[in-house]
Amino acid sequence: MTQATHTYDYRERLAYPGGLLGAMALLASTVLVLAYLGTREQIAQRLAEDMQASLRQVIPSELHDNDLLADSVLIKAVRASDASEDVRVYRARKQGQVVAVAYEVSGQGYGGAIRLIMGVNGDGGILGVRIVSHTETPGLGDKIESQKSGWILGFNGRSLNDPGPTGWNVKKDGGEFDQFSGATITPRAVVKTVRLGLKFFADHRQDLFMDHPDGQTGTDAARTRPGARASTAHAAAPGSATDPSGSQPESTGKGEPHGR
Amino acid sequence: MAVSYRAIIKDGLWTNNVVFAQLLALCPLLAVTGTATNGLGMGLATTAVIVASNGVVSLFRGVISPQVRIPVFVLLIAALVTLVDMLMNAWLHELHKVLGLFIPLIVTNCAILGRAESFASRQSLAPSLVDGLVMGLGFTVALVALGAGREILGSGTLFANASLLLGDAFSFLDLTLIPDYRGFLLLILPPGGFLILGFLLAGKRLVEARAQKRSVSAVAAEAPACSTCHLSQGEPG
Repeated sequence: MTQATHTYDYRERLAYPGGLLGAMALLASTVLVLAYLGTREQIAQRLAEDMQASLRQVIPSELHDNDLLADSVLIKAVRASDASEDVRVYRARKQGQVVAVAYEVSGQGYGGAIRLIMGVNGDGGILGVRIVSHTETPGLGDKIESQKSGWILGFNGRSLNDPGPTGWNVKKDGGEFDQFSGATITPRAVVKTVRLGLKFFADHRQDLFMDHPDGQTGTDAARTRPGARASTAHAAAPGSATDPSGSQPESTGKGEPHGR
Repeated sequence: MAVSYRAIIKDGLWTNNVVFAQLLALCPLLAVTGTATNGLGMGLATTAVIVASNGVVSLFRGVISPQVRIPVFVLLIAALVTLVDMLMNAWLHELHKVLGLFIPLIVTNCAILGRAESFASRQSLAPSLVDGLVMGLGFTVALVALGAGREILGSGTLFANASLLLGDAFSFLDLTLIPDYRGFLLLILPPGGFLILGFLLAGKRLVEARAQKRSVSAVAAEAPACSTCHLSQGEPG
């Protein structure tokens, strides 16, 4: 069993293929971890720039004089899926007064989640809607992107009652919004999501425009970048849970028990 | 070891083209070729991954034992695709926003595994890199041809949104060939991909049959009519 002279000896042992596979997996994951650590900051920064650019698109810059990324609050919202989630709301101020807000909403499209950002003014009218990310079919569903077609601009100036309840649908379903040839599910999902976003606005208008909303919002976490959003949401949770006033708006809201 | 680079290049671009001869990689092919621009982007990203995977597999070819070679190749390719995805997201962010949808699809490209298995695991580094590059370019040509065909017939444009992919300097590529064209939806949808692919394959067979006929008739000129000539003409392919 001396293997020094014959190189094929050790390679025929049962342990060799398994060990090789394990070593390769270790190598691959090490490289990926290093690459992740090396690119994390860069990607977070790029995403923050993207977020700033999308915010500029949904809230015209002449409307406000503050840095939107630095002025945000967390609002607890009950989603269509009955799961409660924290929504980060960016507030546009003019001389200290909140004049408009922007926030992300997401819905289920044809190929996965569609995340979009919408800006809403004090009267509940849409200033602009933009797609943040989606996995719709290239060439069909991706016409929801503002770079590919002007469809998404059709939401500008709309509000919860304009058009009425039946109007908030694609034309195929009797509504007022165009679908694309070959893709109905994607625009249908976007229309539904935008409408949910407006409902969120209507439900939380007080919190959105108040300067210091009570316990359920985490203004301390507001000065962090979007890239670190997930961790700050969790960090803010214990603080809001201990605050007795925090439970009040929840119970007047949808009355859904929040597990976490 | 004497390796004919000429043969490798001819193989990758024509004789053994990933799409037109091996009929591999049809999943990403049919999924993204709605426009020529998308085809080009997918082709270039795939070329980068196939060159890298051929290189890595070739370097490790002495260590990888035959029993576990397939899982090892899959692992390496998946890791490379993830790596490319992260690096592009960080440093080529604008390009990533356009191609980001397609990059995970590269893992489903069996041509990459095919080249690792049939070429890179048996050849030294330099020929493997060349093979990867040429195979990738052959795939890119097929994607652009299919994308251009579907785009022209399906929506009347060519290289729409090319400036998103290549920068504003290339906006001249963005052509509208048929103004006020209502579009032919079938060709944008997956069935259109199969139809155009069928025509392209038939076209390649036609060119090859013609070349074969020419060489056969050169022989036939010397020896008069034989039964094999009829056979070779009547063959379906």
